[in-house]
Amino acid sequence: MSKSEKKKKESILLRLGNSQVWKSIIRSGVPRDRRGRMLSVLNSVFLHLHPVRMPKHAVKLKYTWCMGGLSFYIFLVLTITGILLMFYYRPTIEYAYTDMIDLREQVPLGIMREIHRWGAHLMVITVWLHMFRVFMTGSYKSPREFNWVVGVMLLTLTLLLSFTGYLLPWDQLAIWAITVGTNMARATPFLGHEGPGAALLSIGDINLVHAGSDVRFALLGGRFVGEAALLRFYVLHCIGLPFIIVIFMAVHFWRIRKDGGISTPL
Amino acid sequence: MDLIKSVINTLASPTILFTLIIVTFFFIFPLNDWFYRWNKRLKLDSFWTNRGGIKMFIILLVFFAFGLFDENFRLIVLKPDNVPIVGLIFLVAFFTWLSMKQAVDNDVHIENNENVNEYSDPDDKVLTWPDLVYIELIALVLCTVLLIVWSIGLQAPLEEPANPTLSPNPAKAPWYFLGLQEMLVYFDPWIAGVLFPSLMIVGLMAIPYLDTNKKGVGYYSFKQRMMAVSLYMFGWLVLWVLLIIIGTFLRGPNWNFFGPFEYWDLHKLQPLTNINLSEYVYIIWFSTGMPDNILLREIWGILLILGYFLILPPLFAKTWLKNLYNRLGNFRYSVFIILILFALSMPIKMYLRWMVNLKYIVAIPEYFFNI
Repeated sequence: MSKSEKKKKESILLRLGNSQVWKSIIRSGVPRDRRGRMLSVLNSVFLHLHPVRMPKHAVKLKYTWCMGGLSFYIFLVLTITGILLMFYYRPTIEYAYTDMIDLREQVPLGIMREIHRWGAHLMVITVWLHMFRVFMTGSYKSPREFNWVVGVMLLTLTLLLSFTGYLLPWDQLAIWAITVGTNMARATPFLGHEGPGAALLSIGDINLVHAGSDVRFALLGGRFVGEAALLRFYVLHCIGLPFIIVIFMAVHFWRIRKDGGISTPL
Repeated sequence: MDLIKSVINTLASPTILFTLIIVTFFFIFPLNDWFYRWNKRLKLDSFWTNRGGIKMFIILLVFFAFGLFDENFRLIVLKPDNVPIVGLIFLVAFFTWLSMKQAVDNDVHIENNENVNEYSDPDDKVLTWPDLVYIELIALVLCTVLLIVWSIGLQAPLEEPANPTLSPNPAKAPWYFLGLQEMLVYFDPWIAGVLFPSLMIVGLMAIPYLDTNKKGVGYYSFKQRMMAVSLYMFGWLVLWVLLIIIGTFLRGPNWNFFGPFEYWDLHKLQPLTNINLSEYVYIIWFSTGMPDNILLREIWGILLILGYFLILPPLFAKTWLKNLYNRLGNFRYSVFIILILFALSMPIKMYLRWMVNLKYIVAIPEYFFNI
């Protein structure tokens, strides 16, 4: 490329960057100097999760392992693939399993279910590793105690999201894993019909907590994993838990900044 | 070949594996100065060097490569839903190594009164754009590539349609809950499935409020926070990851134990001769037969449990946890020690089961109250 061509090309980019359309979208234009770079972070709703400047160690991979960011990214991937899967999937005993077969055999380029499932496993792992990193760098200590608590909530919600999603394919693996998992709820103290203390909650001879009124029943919408359980898990998986986890995530990200940004040695 | 396999099968049985790990664990991740001195003397910190890391990686790799030649091993490890756990093993090993390597490195700096590796001049910061943004972009792209390759290469599992009348053997929970399912062997569901998970969540949340040590913020370190790191590692690596690995790979039909190279025989016999503490007391020791009164029957177990939770904490506070008690104060110490005692109750109950076939310490099936 000759010098004049290069100059011409630059000027096209430059003109593009200074055009009304571009500037209306990204106010600061193409970042070319220090000020521009700062503004590009400051003015972007997505990038402004980050501070404009960071201590040197904070951008090193060996310090953060990028696990928190990746967890969030995988959450986004799961949301997108999840929405696509919802086009094909009907949460009824009649259709759930056949829709899975259809997804596998009829949908062109059908790896959405694979990405969703493996992504879900991966997210559990990245969230664990993120927690491990935060522990090992002492980042949970004052003033970040509460954000650690929020993080533990996020971990719990991640596991619950994965658990509710496990039932949806409605195959043997799904129904029995959920049966094993929810059977434990029978034994919740006071609230499960086979839990210690449940027998104490009675009026005369009438048991208040029995197989048709305990927490397991509330969770499954029935006495066993059936149609109602599938619908409940579907709603929790697609709407209920994501709604809650997004709120906690907002608090988590906000608090990172408010608690003094990434942890730094004094 | 078969000899190696049978040796590994034997070593992997929970009694031996668990004992080996518990005995060595606190020498590798020292709990206090005494263990720390031994750790140095035995040169166990050489795990956390490049050479040590490569050695560990090769051993893991050779084990899996060797294992994949075995049909039984292959059958379980290559089950699609188990693949993430193989990944988990490598990732956990790698990141444990990475964090400990940096921690040990920083320990030396701190000893020499130097700045830790993470230190940089507070005025000399870098810009988020581009220094951080491009790393995030690369991480994002790599993660996407990994997910797509994984998804093309390995189909998501789909078994036969759900059939409520036909339960598979073994029926397993999702892998991240297998630690709890493993606990079901030793505890009643209300403890393994409800109490322990709640305590785990509460315990994790309580960490920042129980750890009053101000040192070690913003850099990897070990020596300054020895006890905290050691206990966390124990909870995470042993009581969490290890139990998941056992639950996934080593538990077969009827939740019987199988070595990694063992055939999952449906008809493997496991003697079930577990005895309650009350039966030990009244039938074997007193030879009087069980009393009818529930309270009288279970009084020994109840006293034992009360003693465990009410007498041990003040006893420890007066003796070998004296410094900790003084540092934490009454309330923090109580919460801390109760959580630790709950965590310890897992291995304790496991050993009681293995050694004296103890079923329940307190057994009141009338009220679903078994401990």
